[in-house]
Amino acid sequence: MALGELAGLKMGPATRDAFGDALKALGSKYPDVVTVDGDVGNSTRTEVFAKAFPDRAFNVGIAESNMVSVAGGLAAAGKTPVVASFACFLLCNAYDQIRMSIAFPDMNVKLVGSHSGISIGEDGPSQMGIEDVAMACTFPGMVVMVPADGPSTTKATEAMLEHKGPTYLRTGRAKTPIIYPDGCDFQIGKAIQVRDGKDATIIANGLMLPIALDAAAALEKEGIKVRVLDMHTVKPLDEAAIVKAAKETGRIVVAEEHLMAGGLGSAVATVLARTTPVPVEFVNVGDTYAESGDPEGLLQKYGLTTETVAAAVKKVKNR
Amino acid sequence: MVAERKKASIAELEAKAKVLRRHIIEMTTEAASGHPTSSLSAVEVVTALYFGGFLNVDPKQPHWPDRDRIILSKGHACPVLYSAMAEAGFFPTSLLLTLRKLGSVLEGHPNLKRLPGIEASTGSLGQGLSIGVGQALGLRMDKRSSHVFVIIGDGEMGEGQVWEALATAHKYKLGNLTAIIDQNGYQQTGAAKDVLDQTPFADKLAAFGWHVQTIEGNKMAPVVEALEKATAITDRPTAIVSQTQKGFGILPILEEEHDLNYHGKPLSKKLAEKALALLKG
Ligand SMILES: Cc1ncc(C[n+]2csc(CCOP(=O)(O)OP(=O)(O)O)c2C)c(N)n1
Ligand SMILES: [Mg+2]
Repeated sequence: MALGELAGLKMGPATRDAFGDALKALGSKYPDVVTVDGDVGNSTRTEVFAKAFPDRAFNVGIAESNMVSVAGGLAAAGKTPVVASFACFLLCNAYDQIRMSIAFPDMNVKLVGSHSGISIGEDGPSQMGIEDVAMACTFPGMVVMVPADGPSTTKATEAMLEHKGPTYLRTGRAKTPIIYPDGCDFQIGKAIQVRDGKDATIIANGLMLPIALDAAAALEKEGIKVRVLDMHTVKPLDEAAIVKAAKETGRIVVAEEHLMAGGLGSAVATVLARTTPVPVEFVNVGDTYAESGDPEGLLQKYGLTTETVAAAVKKVKNR
Repeated sequence: MVAERKKASIAELEAKAKVLRRHIIEMTTEAASGHPTSSLSAVEVVTALYFGGFLNVDPKQPHWPDRDRIILSKGHACPVLYSAMAEAGFFPTSLLLTLRKLGSVLEGHPNLKRLPGIEASTGSLGQGLSIGVGQALGLRMDKRSSHVFVIIGDGEMGEGQVWEALATAHKYKLGNLTAIIDQNGYQQTGAAKDVLDQTPFADKLAAFGWHVQTIEGNKMAPVVEALEKATAITDRPTAIVSQTQKGFGILPILEEEHDLNYHGKPLSKKLAEKALALLKG
């Protein structure tokens, strides 16, 4: 069954496409925005902006560390650089440069990492960003966003430009179902309740949100009513929404297309441990690199499916 | 190096290069993804290394400590490596058609943990030469006569790490290390001279203290000659600037498609048939 079908969702664009189109659309409204690329603008979709505003687009070649520090310098000169690459190369190759050229001096730089997760498929593990959210969250002051669909990515792109200070936006390669056909009220740090229920709450983001909604639809047929929260911002985290869900539903499942270590699950668990200890289960890539393969097969093999999310809900209910 | 080098003739090597090119087209079209043109430009170099007697490896004992090492730093071009490995007997050629499929050891980028004969897991550009420096240092410490060959893309030379590795190799006078720059003129988003012009490579590499040769890299004779020279020099690291064409072997098709880069795109079934006709043995 296709992604989002159980939940009655229609297929939409990849979030990287929504980002590229939004950035171009916002180009005139935000004249200080410039892009800095590392020879992958056709993958990240900054090329859509670059074609419309060629004088405001820089391509430094295959040189991510340099790219990030150049962006830091552009920000120091009053520009609002949007610097994009594959999530893995951006975070992993330029980690210290993000730290010293952007986060520590609090530069207004917008990091965008595409090709997140294992759903990129055939290119394989060397190209998969599965540790990026953890790494981005380590920087004090960094806003970290993982939108799930086209419309919310459009909103996230504008929110990122409005926000003063460093941000990280995670996008994906594959087409994703539309969660918000009529748009959404996207605010940094504010979760969106996509569906209500009293028996448990699934907190998800990115590609795992439509999968969570499919799982919720499947569980409803068995009489289990699940709340689903779109936790599109991992940092700052919407603690109030998490505490409310824990108090009202008593059980939490966190689902993300990321390693176990340091992602949304860790962030949610920290909040729960401190405020409202309730049973929690986690659906994620675990503690392993993946492999090459077709996206659907990989999601199956690495346990990111409607079935695994539904099973996690049942498990957490019985604890 | 091998004491008694098995000398394939230039004609034999050229025939083998054609076989590799056909494999590259077939496997990427079957996978419906991958980087055929990046693979095709490096065919002569890889063919000469594996079948011209330069790369002393044994498919029966892929971890034999005295083997030579080959690192494909531009890991996205792995179809050329897999094709050569299959022809050399590391695995059956039938496996080539499993490229990039779930469960296959032939991943989208080389993975040392899954495929014996792969010397470095690559795919994040810029790291292969540094890994090669480390291997060359370690092999020398153990007094092994193994040689390390690293194949780097011209766009990949944009990574600062490559230049750091060049400096390290010079410092330690790594005569057992050869870097081959596959100067095919293109990178992902366009011509290398437009994205980031890093020429003249030869002058820059020479300034870093390396022995440098610049050759026509899609012609077998100069490739073989350059490798002979490179492996004979033992007092410093050697570089070969291999001037090639991205997609060499199927250029008429790329011209028709108005895309001489054709980066990261497999040929359609129809174009693949045309390509295989061009590459008939
Ligand atoms: C660190 C890193 N940045 C970006 C990429 C994405 N990428 C894959 S191939 C490629 C272009 C490579 O160009 P070149 O080195 O000239 O190799 P060619 O394909 O031309 O042989 C890019 C940018 C990558 N794999 N690794
Ligand atoms: Mg190139």
